Amino acid sequence: MIDRKQAWAQLSRHLTDEIVVATYSSATDWLATGERTLNYFSFGAMGLASSHGLGLALARPERRVIVLDGDGSLLMNLGTLVTIGAVAPKNFVHIVAHNGSYEANGGHPLPDRNVDLAGIARTSGIARSHTIRTLEDFTAMIPALLHEDGPIFVELMIEQGELSPRSYKDMYRAARRSAFRHALQNG
Amino acid sequence: MPAAQTPLEAPPPLQGALIIDALKKGGVEYVLSVPDLHTSSGLLKPISTDPDLKLIRVCKEDETLGIAAGLSYGDKRALVLVQYTGFLYAMNAIRAIACEHSMPICMMIGLLGKEPDTPSRESARFGVRIIEPMLDVLGIAYHRIASDADTALIAPAIAAAYAGSKPVAFLIERRPVHP
Repeated sequence: MIDRKQAWAQLSRHLTDEIVVATYSSATDWLATGERTLNYFSFGAMGLASSHGLGLALARPERRVIVLDGDGSLLMNLGTLVTIGAVAPKNFVHIVAHNGSYEANGGHPLPDRNVDLAGIARTSGIARSHTIRTLEDFTAMIPALLHEDGPIFVELMIEQGELSPRSYKDMYRAARRSAFRHALQNG
Repeated sequence: MPAAQTPLEAPPPLQGALIIDALKKGGVEYVLSVPDLHTSSGLLKPISTDPDLKLIRVCKEDETLGIAAGLSYGDKRALVLVQYTGFLYAMNAIRAIACEHSMPICMMIGLLGKEPDTPSRESARFGVRIIEPMLDVLGIAYHRIASDADTALIAPAIAAAYAGSKPVAFLIERRPVHP
């Protein structure tokens, strides 16, 4: 099992101009790795992080878009995998932290903790779908996530750890969205 | 002898081609849609083969809100084309993305089953008659598209939505036709 904070720390070391779309607990742990103007936080309508990411990937095909999602969030919008599989954006990477719980909503279990999200993604048309169980394996695949053609789906099997400090009000303030838009237009 | 009654003339059909032209004038490049019987043959089918528009077929209507928002950050304009039932389904995403985050979400909503000569607020169909009041509560500007002349409202409203980063809705009151 993987510590999500460590996984995100590894990922952050490799990033340059990629767009990162992150949601709920994956987002708060991602923000703990440091501020980036190309961070886009998806809150308020749970499950739609990958949909935001798909729009960004289509609008800016020259940039890689990395979505940091959660298992509970994805289950609220499973159809997104079929949509992404059909559109097949080459610059799209979808990483889903799987700990079997609605972590942001009190840690209650998913209806089935053992749901095979990578399997669902694969049969939804995303051929490059992987289940990753160790930090070493995740670290080793980061260069491929950043350079190989997508869409790529990664189910990251994580342990349920202590949550990073969170302020949704801060993460989704309008000024942060404006900074993101400005960075995207001028980068 | 009473004069022969003239039968009420049926209103002329709403031309889907005019709506599609208006979308292009409004700078729309992407159409995000779940099929709606009301707009199926008059809008969605011709859009699906139009070389100037990119159609993304989604599984559920709330996906369209996220995709349209993401596109807007890259300066790409999108139309959300759904039935009123899909609008109702996507309400939480509309609340969050279109309203609270004030994103330029342009929705074209088919009022399937609306009676031609009855205002939608007075429709016998519960789902149809609650749409305008819901848009009022949400604070979303809307335009009724019931005649070919109404299609002139579309492009300026899309331009205003993107200029002001505000949502807008177009209510397709009659079933569009396409030759």
